Amino acid sequence: MSDEERGDAPIAPSATKDPPEDAPALHDPAALALLTATAGDATGTVDSSAGTIRRENLRLLLRSPAFLIGAAILLWWIVCALFGKAIAPYNPVTGSLTAFNEAPSGAHWFGTDSLGRDVLSRVIVGARDILIIAPLATLLGTALGTTIGLLQGYFRGRVDSFSGRIVDAVLALPIVIVAFLFVVPLGSSDTILIIIIGLVFGLLISRTVRTAVLQEQDLDYVAAARLRDESNAHIMFVEILPNVTGPILVEFTVRLGYAIFTIASLSFLGFGIQPPTPDWGADISNSYQYLAAGYWWETLFPALAIASLVVAINLIADSIEAVVIQ
Amino acid sequence: MGQYILKRLGLALLTLVLLSLIIFFAGSVLPSNPGRLILGPFASQQAVVALNHHLGVDRPLITQYWSWVTGILHGNLGTSSQYNLPVSSLLWPALGRSLKLALLAFVIVVPISILGGVLAALYRGRFVDRSISVTGLSLTSVPEFVSGVVLIVIFAIGLKWFPVSATPPPGTSPLGQLHYLILPAIPLVFVLFGYIARMARAGTLEALDSDYVRTAVLKGLPRRVVIWRHVLRNSLLPTITVIATQCGYLIGGLVIVETLFNYPGLGRLIVTAANNKDFKMLEAGVLVIGIVYLAATLIADILYTVLNPRIRYEQAE
Repeated sequence: MSDEERGDAPIAPSATKDPPEDAPALHDPAALALLTATAGDATGTVDSSAGTIRRENLRLLLRSPAFLIGAAILLWWIVCALFGKAIAPYNPVTGSLTAFNEAPSGAHWFGTDSLGRDVLSRVIVGARDILIIAPLATLLGTALGTTIGLLQGYFRGRVDSFSGRIVDAVLALPIVIVAFLFVVPLGSSDTILIIIIGLVFGLLISRTVRTAVLQEQDLDYVAAARLRDESNAHIMFVEILPNVTGPILVEFTVRLGYAIFTIASLSFLGFGIQPPTPDWGADISNSYQYLAAGYWWETLFPALAIASLVVAINLIADSIEAVVIQ
Repeated sequence: MGQYILKRLGLALLTLVLLSLIIFFAGSVLPSNPGRLILGPFASQQAVVALNHHLGVDRPLITQYWSWVTGILHGNLGTSSQYNLPVSSLLWPALGRSLKLALLAFVIVVPISILGGVLAALYRGRFVDRSISVTGLSLTSVPEFVSGVVLIVIFAIGLKWFPVSATPPPGTSPLGQLHYLILPAIPLVFVLFGYIARMARAGTLEALDSDYVRTAVLKGLPRRVVIWRHVLRNSLLPTITVIATQCGYLIGGLVIVETLFNYPGLGRLIVTAANNKDFKMLEAGVLVIGIVYLAATLIADILYTVLNPRIRYEQAE
């Protein structure tokens, strides 16, 4: 079990836990539907039952206060990312030539930084890059992880044990360190950040998907598809994949929070989003040395912005996980 | 049992070899021209070639990897290009300082998070449970430098209880050093708290639902005895292994915390190495983090096997 849960220390969704080997097959509604249906109209039955479940899940989610709070905060930052330049009271990149390190006031609610730039404007516009890079990296990771996990779980044997070793080796390092290790020689750009984080997440997500696929493997609908002489690709992507979307969705939301964590940390270390683009992590990296001088607002407000965004996404992820597991 | 440990040891070694290949790939294959990276775009081609030769990066890759690995086995981690000193002379003292910080974080987080997790489980679904779970989840998801900044603003600048920098002046007594280390340790505690508490909660819930606890309650044992003797003993087993594997994470989290608090540990050494394109130092630092992690998980796995009779018997079969 510990094998499945290491890797990324801080956030491990309980969905990655190894479920008991003898999980009763008939608890899966989709599989049940398939069993009762004839091979010909099977797909239609699955769709309608999956649709009901989806609507029920959505209703449960909308009743969860944690989900609503998280969604509201996330929505606010998405609005900032889309319309930041229009909302921001000042230009976030060009500073005022007279107002350096000014404490919060009526004119500058969050104060100004060491270059005379309005901190509030930088916080608002700073939502953009991280909200582009993190979801793209997570999407890449999810697509990759799903493919690797399906291959590992479906073919097992040599493919599984060899790729499992490589996953183990990469996961022996915290994600921030792995990303750091590759960003340093390659140089930092948005594309490189997306690819590196996507690759590492792909490995992480592959574990969860693999575990889920291993369970599906032994169900009757897979055996039925084999008997119908379907191709391996068809069984993996058309038969098994729709039945493991729950864990994959949970993985996606949990990883999204983690992608923001990682990108912000890399920016803080100077190897993430590069200045002068407004970015919370990079702004903290530039201003924390002035903390001792008492200019706390330059650092504190971007920090609170990051905190609110990651907490929001984790509240959403946790609610989705609770619903999916139910 | 012995066979299981041997097998586990072999797997760990194999993983270590793969890890060294990955690190070598990132640190020695990807940077195609380290001399140019170090000297910058305006250095003469001659100087770049000379530096590359001095660094040994003009040799075939297999030779480089082999001499790196054999060097490590002899305790030679290479030469740091930024300080022109053996990597090991800088790495080990820094690792020592990092371990000091990590140990402090550990001593704080373990009792608090276990207590939190057990309390949450005992009050399952009620206010205590929900507030511990949401607090844990929130603290866990916030990056260390973010909580670190908030802590500095409140406790170092506002209340002036702790210093902003974590480096004590030379000659500070151990107790005085502790005063400097507490603030940097707390962000690490935050990140670990939610995770360990979550495991402790899950373990306790499982134990509470078990037949032996129901039996203990039904035969009239006082609640206190049931919890201490029956619930905790069984629920903490998985938590212990989780805690052990967190050692590896801690060393990684130090990269951020040490940079923020300006603490001369392994983490800051790696960041400085990265800024100066000191690839040998970077490789060695990351490898050490990987080794600490692999060793911790190995110990955790073995500990789990030794402590858990069920696994022990399954292995014997």
